[in-house]
Amino acid sequence: MKGSAAGFLVFLRGVATLLVTLAGLLFATFIIGRVMPIDPVIAVVGDKASAETYAQAREEMGLDRPLWVQFGRYIEGIVQGDLGQSSSSGQPVIEDIARAFPATLELSVLAIIIGICVGLPLGVYAAHRRNTWFDHTARVLSLFGYSTPVFWLGLIALLIFYAQLGWTGGPGRIGTAYRYTVQEWSGLMLVDTLRSGDWHAFRSAFSHIILPALLLGYFSLAYIARMTRNFMIEELNKEYVTMARIKGASETRVLWHHAFPNALVPVVTVIALSFGHLLEGAVLTETVFAWPGLGLYITKSLFSADMPAVLGGTLVVGICFVLLNKLTDVIYPLLDPRTRNR
Amino acid sequence: MNRVSLTLAATLIAAAAAVPFADAKTPPNLLVVAKNIDDIVSLDPAQAYEFTSGEVVANIYNKLVEYNPAQIETVVPGLAESWKISDDGKTITFKLKSGVKFASGNAVRPEDVVFSLRRVIVLKKAPAFILAQFGWTADNIDQMVNKVSDSEVSVSIAENFAPSFVLNALAARPGSIVDEKEAMKNAKDNDLGNAWLSRNSAGSGPFALRVWRPGESLVLDANKNHAGGAPKMNQIVFNHVAEASTQRLMVESGDADIARNLGPDQIAAVKDKAGIKVETYPQAALHFFSFNLKHDKLKNPALWEAMRYLIDYDGIANTLLRGQMKVHQTFWPSGFPGAVEDKPYKLDVAKAKDILAKANIQSLSVDMDMISSAPFTDIAQSMQATMAQAGIKVNLLPGTSAQVITKYRARQHEMMLLYWGPDFMDPHSNAKAFAYNVDNADGSPQSTTTWRNSWAPADLSARTRAALVERDAAKRLDMYRDLQRDVLKSSPWVMTFQAQAQVALRNEVKGFIHGPTNDLVLYRNVTK
Repeated sequence: MKGSAAGFLVFLRGVATLLVTLAGLLFATFIIGRVMPIDPVIAVVGDKASAETYAQAREEMGLDRPLWVQFGRYIEGIVQGDLGQSSSSGQPVIEDIARAFPATLELSVLAIIIGICVGLPLGVYAAHRRNTWFDHTARVLSLFGYSTPVFWLGLIALLIFYAQLGWTGGPGRIGTAYRYTVQEWSGLMLVDTLRSGDWHAFRSAFSHIILPALLLGYFSLAYIARMTRNFMIEELNKEYVTMARIKGASETRVLWHHAFPNALVPVVTVIALSFGHLLEGAVLTETVFAWPGLGLYITKSLFSADMPAVLGGTLVVGICFVLLNKLTDVIYPLLDPRTRNR
Repeated sequence: MNRVSLTLAATLIAAAAAVPFADAKTPPNLLVVAKNIDDIVSLDPAQAYEFTSGEVVANIYNKLVEYNPAQIETVVPGLAESWKISDDGKTITFKLKSGVKFASGNAVRPEDVVFSLRRVIVLKKAPAFILAQFGWTADNIDQMVNKVSDSEVSVSIAENFAPSFVLNALAARPGSIVDEKEAMKNAKDNDLGNAWLSRNSAGSGPFALRVWRPGESLVLDANKNHAGGAPKMNQIVFNHVAEASTQRLMVESGDADIARNLGPDQIAAVKDKAGIKVETYPQAALHFFSFNLKHDKLKNPALWEAMRYLIDYDGIANTLLRGQMKVHQTFWPSGFPGAVEDKPYKLDVAKAKDILAKANIQSLSVDMDMISSAPFTDIAQSMQATMAQAGIKVNLLPGTSAQVITKYRARQHEMMLLYWGPDFMDPHSNAKAFAYNVDNADGSPQSTTTWRNSWAPADLSARTRAALVERDAAKRLDMYRDLQRDVLKSSPWVMTFQAQAQVALRNEVKGFIHGPTNDLVLYRNVTK
């Protein structure tokens, strides 16, 4: 009973922290949006609208009210599940986000899987074979992935694999022929095409997502591999590793059974951060691949001072980061018994 | 763990390579257009005021009178088969064609015409000002537009404007005729169907809107009820592709039939490619830079004249813009009735220096706002270099389109590099923008270039007004020619280029019409 009450208090504290964080995030974004040198009304009605039309639009957008009233009304709307109307797309923000976020989520999940599956072993073996050709190659690969402009790499990848070789689908999420034949259910194209049972549509969706996913996966694995290598080097220099080797443990066992689990604790944070950044939406990748994701949506909205859309997007990204933080908090004790009773 | 990871990664890469590219050709009865379509805010003709929405609306709706893109000298019958102008010039009675239906199957009635024109004025959205020029207000519109009989509608105007001006304005986007029954069936909160029409269509044109997914795609279906017969293409699919290089790859691969936003580099890359043709269409948009006369240092007409000799017109057009613009120096675009083709100015630094010296203008430093994307960046950098040769230091202030226009509307700029497109195909549209300002007060914002740059030329304003009410069409065009020549000679802006749209099409695409404005980009005759 005592334990459950304490647990409930911890839960309440977590919820309160989440709400305060999001409210602060929204307030800061709201203020930034209002001090930007862009008139959101002009962004909607154009520069030729009459003064009368301008005044009417300003009133419709609620911009004739004091700042604190505008913010209060916005928060009131959020509480009722209404994120407002986007002035640049003319649609409810919640509908825009419901369309853009699954596109980003699908791409991010695939990219982070690639990043983890390749980045972790690459980092581990680079640490193990420090200063060998393998390590140097891995480091150069990581550095290249970390420092090459994604925009350029995306275009080159499209040119080679899509335009020249025809190995992958082109821009967009699925071929035009299938775009309106698949019933939307989750907003995740791979899931929806699988669910529809149309194998050709699934292949088309997969062929469209694989290139941007590999590209983003490469950028993630570059970061994950670099950090994993550093953490592994640190672990491999510790005494318990030397002791394991003296005891005759195989090198594979030393690496994966002894050192890796300890290096994995900080690597989880790295993976969470990397995934968080992917969920923000990779604007340039989305631009090159005509991928209608969240990053592109927020950026475009920001350029036209479409504050309801920017705030809605920020809210989603904020929630993602908070949830990822919570998830890492849950994972830590599973990986490190010492943190279980803190 | 490591083996599993490596196997998974290898599988993913192998899968990527193993999936053949299945979308290499578009279906024969479907046209795929790669275009940046994220400027769309609304598809209601009473609200649509962006480039792409204008194009979509033009393919969905008909107007009483319309333009033939191949011959834009005069309007031709649209939904009206004929019209009669009253002796005082203040009322036009339109006789509607019989048997014309909307995509819904409803007949086009005089009530639809009255409803459509009335809602533009009542809703007061962005394009309302075009029809409001007739003296129409929410209070008097019911007296101005009326059903006369089951096949006739009368349109009255407050003043005796030139009939050609009235017809030209009615042929513009807000003159689109909407199916009243469909719109009102879906109306909410007295919005006359505005919210519904923003995402749906109710027109009588060759196509009807199937779906619009913002930032993703827009699909038009052929209208089987179209009076001119259903178009050959069952569907037009606009894929939103913001990046020009990606559009180029799509048209090269056959994934798109038309690529609409290619820059000079992409055009150069595809123009000799097998299976692709590049076509160039003169546009109505004019590029210019202007001086804000709120600043004393910019008020001297000698400075305006010198600046006309400090632009490398031919160099920019031929080297930087490579076919995407042509030199044009007057305020009404070439190819339009009444346009003046004079190009008296070219780069002449010595002459400019001489003019500046005589006017005692030395070492001027001026800030120039500009949109931070091509072609503005290219033009601005060239201008900066040539003006520096005459001792004029131009500081470039790049910003987003919304940012630059915000500043412009507030008259907070010194110099501005921008473009202007006419709102309807009548010289008054641009004369009002470049030669008319009778109220220069800060508190009365107007969307004209004259007001934004604080220039109030009394004589030119009076002559602009006189041309507006001139009933003799030929004489009226002469009046606009004179206005263009005078503004060309002395005004606080320098007109530099006229845009040209360069479009890459697959060879099999025929019948695509690209007129000088977005309202004249038509897909009804396209075949593949």
